[in-house]
Amino acid sequence: MPLSWLVLIILALAAAGYFIGRIRVLKLAGGEIRALHSLPIYYGTNVALSVAVPALAVLLVWLLAQPTLIERTITGMITPEMIPDGSNLNLVMSDVRRVADGLNTAISSGAMPVAEVDAMDATVVDVRAKLGALGVALGQDVRPEVLAAAKSYRSAAVTGNALRAFVVLALALVGFVVSMSKTKPDFRARNVVERAVLAFLMGAASLAILTTVGIVLSMLFETINFFGLHDWRDFFFGTTWAPNFRGDSELSILPLLWGTLYISFIALLVAVPVGLFAAIYLSEYAGPKTRAIAKPLLEILAGIPTIVYGLFALLTVGPLLVNMFGQSGSLGLGWMSGATSVLTAGVVMGIMLIPFVSSLSDDIINAVPQTMRDGSLGLGATPSETIRQVVIPAALPGIVGAILLAASRAIGETMIVVMGAGAIAKFSANPFESMTTITTRIVSQLTGDGDFASPETLVAFALGLSLFVLTLGLNVLALYIVRKYREQYE
Amino acid sequence: MTDASQPTVPNSSLHILDARTKRRNAAESRFKLYGMIAIGIGLLMLVTLLTTILSKGTGAFTQTFVTMEVELLESKLDKTGERDLEKIKKVTTFGYAPLIKTAFEQTVETHGIDTDLKSKTMAKILSKSAASQLRDYVISNPDQIGQTIEFRFLANSRVDGYMKGRVTRDSIANDKNITAAQLDFVDQLIEVGALKKTFNIDFIIGADASDQRPEAAGIGVAMMGSLFMMLVVLALALPIGVAASIYLEEFAPKNWITDIIEVNISNLAAVPSIVFGILGLAVFINYMHLPQSAPLVGGLVLTLMTLPTIIISTRAALKAVPPSIRDAALGVGASKMQAVFHHVLPLAAPGILTGTIIGLAQALGETAPLLLIGMIGFIASNMPGTVGEGLLSPNSAMPAQIYEWAKRADPAFYERAWGGIIILLIFLISMNTLAVLLRRRFERRW
Repeated sequence: MPLSWLVLIILALAAAGYFIGRIRVLKLAGGEIRALHSLPIYYGTNVALSVAVPALAVLLVWLLAQPTLIERTITGMITPEMIPDGSNLNLVMSDVRRVADGLNTAISSGAMPVAEVDAMDATVVDVRAKLGALGVALGQDVRPEVLAAAKSYRSAAVTGNALRAFVVLALALVGFVVSMSKTKPDFRARNVVERAVLAFLMGAASLAILTTVGIVLSMLFETINFFGLHDWRDFFFGTTWAPNFRGDSELSILPLLWGTLYISFIALLVAVPVGLFAAIYLSEYAGPKTRAIAKPLLEILAGIPTIVYGLFALLTVGPLLVNMFGQSGSLGLGWMSGATSVLTAGVVMGIMLIPFVSSLSDDIINAVPQTMRDGSLGLGATPSETIRQVVIPAALPGIVGAILLAASRAIGETMIVVMGAGAIAKFSANPFESMTTITTRIVSQLTGDGDFASPETLVAFALGLSLFVLTLGLNVLALYIVRKYREQYE
Repeated sequence: MTDASQPTVPNSSLHILDARTKRRNAAESRFKLYGMIAIGIGLLMLVTLLTTILSKGTGAFTQTFVTMEVELLESKLDKTGERDLEKIKKVTTFGYAPLIKTAFEQTVETHGIDTDLKSKTMAKILSKSAASQLRDYVISNPDQIGQTIEFRFLANSRVDGYMKGRVTRDSIANDKNITAAQLDFVDQLIEVGALKKTFNIDFIIGADASDQRPEAAGIGVAMMGSLFMMLVVLALALPIGVAASIYLEEFAPKNWITDIIEVNISNLAAVPSIVFGILGLAVFINYMHLPQSAPLVGGLVLTLMTLPTIIISTRAALKAVPPSIRDAALGVGASKMQAVFHHVLPLAAPGILTGTIIGLAQALGETAPLLLIGMIGFIASNMPGTVGEGLLSPNSAMPAQIYEWAKRADPAFYERAWGGIIILLIFLISMNTLAVLLRRRFERRW
């Protein structure tokens, strides 16, 4: 039975259960709603939930587990001798999967009866030609052992699906019968339903934890695989980044980290002074009208997608900088050879971060108690002296927190550096050269046609994990500082 | 009188500023000026960005077309005269090229254009898609064979660039795709009104095109991809986000588990988006074997990314509902769950909706995670037919399509990238405006 039908049947059964449960309890109470413990809808909902929840939960687990189990069994069938030279287990398995899919297509399109598929022998029949006629393209001739594996793959899947339909439907029916027998006027249906709802609410809330765990685990496993193939000392302490898809790569994070930090530093060099002064002006000098106009306008900058900044860096800022600092540029310096450079990416990223720094600092400056300003002004200090000597020192921890948050944004930013920073990994202090970052390398290592078992692809997971740890550390530190600071004035 | 013995500044007065006060006042106005300059820089950047986008992108909405009468010769298209569709389909686009050449010869003749170009060279000012456009028309209208029909063909990107000022006679010196003579011919066609630059709806609703035909590329299919992703995000992130916020705000006991969840959510909000892309690749594609490049996967990844935003704004909205509402509901006998779902949630709905729209707008513009789950690198050419196909068949998304165009090293594609950004920004601006309007209209101050 197809999956969509199964789900539809369960849902229909649940909907029917809702109405039957409602009607039944009212009938049992003789139509007297006051004789019920809960409102009739709760009895109906109880039946519907008892039908749908266990059945769908089992279905979900089944869907996740079945492919893994079948895969494992079939993988066990393939002995090392069956893998041809120059191939590996993954390639053979993907062949098996493709042939099994092809057999399924053949059966479902009616071109081959099931018996013919089961009796098919690769030494006799040209499977490739046969499936090719049905629109299933196979890269090479099907070897007998692959066909055998594909056949057991297919039959395992068919048996699994039948069993799945049976178990799930049986569960739904059992849920229906049990909940229906419980449906009596003195049954505390509301409490049961509310407990179920609460469980759903809790589940939703813990999805956040699940996501974090998912992030960490998905990267951790692949990182461990990577360190199995590549020396961890080279990754953390090496000085060269030179991936080579024929093997023997030097994959070290240090040059990438240098590029990342350098670009982030330039971004902060742009964003922090501008953002901070803008925040000071807005919170201390600007009248309500200026504030009402300037603040939302500045915040538009934060709402613009990063792809726009990336394009701006690649096509506008980069060429502009080349025109100024390039070989035949207006300043005649010849410092810059291409549009992508640390400066290009840094400046554009700085623009993006201006509203981030300014609105965070604005909140923090506003949180400094007015009495401190009044005291300072009362002693005869000018407003700027008050800001520099009273407000800023008082707000300093918060501002540092804001800058750390901005730094973490800059380190994790992807599109601007992918489009504006270049692809050369090196240690250089020249901001006019193009350099590469951790995020850029993650994108390029994972979007290539690389094999998922090679260190050149797996390194992206190690880079991702390092990036995650780095930004997480900065965020936790920043939030800690900001929270500490808030407590001080509350 | 001790005071008199103190040295006093001669003619000291509060009305006359001494040097020190002047210095302090100057420092004051300088400081204020720095602030104004900072705001000025911020606003200047905004204006520069917007004018750059508008000036470079508006060109993508117009396109150069050549209007010509084409005779659909029976001798070329349907030699047997049976109007058998299968046989007509056997004529490839090469078979249609002579028709276009003839059409050019006739156009030159009827308008009395004086040119010594060969018809083959003339036909090169058209897009490479002209012949297939003709073929598609004939296949869907086989009864028109033998008639003479007016067609509007796309001009190729060099001619289009010439019309838009991107290509000049100086810049084509080393260009193999166009010659000065062809540009002269283009000028003559403009004079007689056969070649015009008009609004191009296909950019907004059409499909992407291959590297060779920037003039035919559109963002419509990618827009559908984005739409399906947003549907997934809305269907998942809104209920889950609201449920999580209700739990944390109304039911969660104060203990270490709740603390962990809260810290987790605020940290997830700051995790770089590319990390979510890695998660999507590892879990949804490599582990669950969901189809690559499918809007469903993109939607799932963006859901995980948007959840913290929605949770944070929903919690703020729930917090803004005064406790007296809850107390009143509990007082007349509602259960805690009923108080929340019947009273608090409806009152918080406008705030939740606003937060959701802003979260969706953020998700709509996100690119980095989409790169990792494979929503770039191919030509998004098929409009999805059904909802299932829309969710599962490979597609692109607006920002990914823009990135794809920006990577193709042809200025004609750059123009399309900027044009795509205009469309993307129109979506974002209208979503944010809607959010602001909703907040203004329904926000209640208690």
